Amino acid sequence: MLSEANLIATLLTLKLAFTVTLLLLLVGTPIAWWLARTRSWFKGPISAVVALPIVLPPSVLGFYLLLAMGPNGPVGQFTQALGLGTLPFTFAGLVVASVFYSLPFVVQPIQNAFEAIGERPLETAATLRAGPWDRFFTVAVPLAWPGFLTGMVLGFAHTVGEFGVVLMIGGNIPGATRVISVQVYDHVEALEYTDAHWLSGIMLVFAFVVLLTLYSLNPNQRKAA
Amino acid sequence: MSAEIQARFLLDFPGFELDVDLALPGRGVTALFGHSGSGKTTLLRCIAGLDRAHGQLSLNGDTWQDNGFFLPTHKRPLGYVFQEARLLEHLNVRRNLEYGMKRVTGNGLQQALDHAIELLGIGHLLQRRPARLSGGERQRVAIARALAVNPRILLMDEPLAALDLARKQEILPFLERLHDELEIPLLYVTHSPDEVAHLADHLVVMADGKALASGPLNETLSRLDLPIRMGEETGVVLDAHIAERDSEWQLARAEFPGGSLWARDPGFTLGQRIRLRVLARDVSLALEPHTDTSILNVLPTTVSGIGDSEHPAVKLAQLQTGESLLLCRLTDRSVHKLALQVDKPVWAQIKSVAIIE
Repeated sequence: MLSEANLIATLLTLKLAFTVTLLLLLVGTPIAWWLARTRSWFKGPISAVVALPIVLPPSVLGFYLLLAMGPNGPVGQFTQALGLGTLPFTFAGLVVASVFYSLPFVVQPIQNAFEAIGERPLETAATLRAGPWDRFFTVAVPLAWPGFLTGMVLGFAHTVGEFGVVLMIGGNIPGATRVISVQVYDHVEALEYTDAHWLSGIMLVFAFVVLLTLYSLNPNQRKAA
Repeated sequence: MSAEIQARFLLDFPGFELDVDLALPGRGVTALFGHSGSGKTTLLRCIAGLDRAHGQLSLNGDTWQDNGFFLPTHKRPLGYVFQEARLLEHLNVRRNLEYGMKRVTGNGLQQALDHAIELLGIGHLLQRRPARLSGGERQRVAIARALAVNPRILLMDEPLAALDLARKQEILPFLERLHDELEIPLLYVTHSPDEVAHLADHLVVMADGKALASGPLNETLSRLDLPIRMGEETGVVLDAHIAERDSEWQLARAEFPGGSLWARDPGFTLGQRIRLRVLARDVSLALEPHTDTSILNVLPTTVSGIGDSEHPAVKLAQLQTGESLLLCRLTDRSVHKLALQVDKPVWAQIKSVAIIE
């Protein structure tokens, strides 16, 4: 079945995906909230920046992130000043890159859900004495829950599936940056087709289950009345 | 009338302007009447703090808005009922009702909620999801939810407008009970003259973002100088009590300051307080009291004014009977034929009287 190397790669992938999903919820929710409600001129540009990873080749995104996080990049300078060293070719670097890479997949469903809710339930809650934070957590989040679920599943799955960015930022270090997708690539390069089959099969089933879950959870985006 | 709500707002949107300066009574039902686009809903939203206009607002001496000061909606002790009920769809009825209640402090909140549940007859719905309620049930829950926060003012934005006639008839009695019981002011936005007649004590007529008139209901309804476009439903409302019952003909005599009128008796008790609604189109005039007519109610009145209506051929005559005023709709030709003028005595023949309990 799974060799030890494959198991390590699988566990690392899961760890990466869980960490990234959690961070994306924390980072993506405020962005989605702001985008859903702002009338600012910045809405267009910010939306475009968030959506860039959908369009850009992962290698291009990885290239820029590599430069930014490298010893001479602004992020690299900052992390070095904090005494953390540089991020490329570490697990932390991979997490940061993945957050950028999967951001639109979390922000967009949550933003759509917030937009579908509209202003009305929040106004209602305000007339019932709920302050802004209270309204957000007791009205906006529960009503937007299907969007959160979609965002989390997509963010998780998209992180599991990344390859190009990992190669650029993470390299191929067992236990630190060698995730399933890279591992499969290595197996195929080395003509280890049995191992490649196992891992690819797992990924295939995983992807199918994820999509099936999405479609059955959310047959038609529930509209807030 | 003690003016305990002071509201002054100035809002300038492209294509719409709100400019009002109102003093409203601190008790009873004030109807904000006007057609769509007249600014009545915007005024209500400004009072709730949902829209932000320049101006001042105070309620019973507490300032809610003034120059730089703006109390956010969630800090205003109000209850708000929206036109479309707006129940929180992720909560069942009970938790909708408790949502606001949990966020206020004070004594007797549970009693206030229990009373609201009883008043609106929604005790059997508490476990239901909003999606499984009818339109009328939703609106009743929304009203109870607004009452449950023990507000110091109740704001209702056309709570019946989205409902069909049957659902309106279902809710109106609850609102009438509320009208009788409520100790706090209720501002009620509507474009329905019928709802005004049923519920209002004080009437504000809005048009183009301005308040054309603000005064006690009877007085305001009988004014001739207002372009109140109530059309077919132009008329007055009289406060009356049952003075006599005629069991032989199933009729009751309702006495108001300045006269009395016979109407169908659905089983009144003597002394019961009711409202009479007399529409201008149901009143005709005669110079002599006719006895050979089917009309039961004929009152001696004097003409106190003649005004225009929507159409040049049709005039409105204002008639004084004792302390009360009636309106009569008649053609300009009849005005000339009867040589009507102010202070002329005429007999008002009233074809139909609507009783509002």
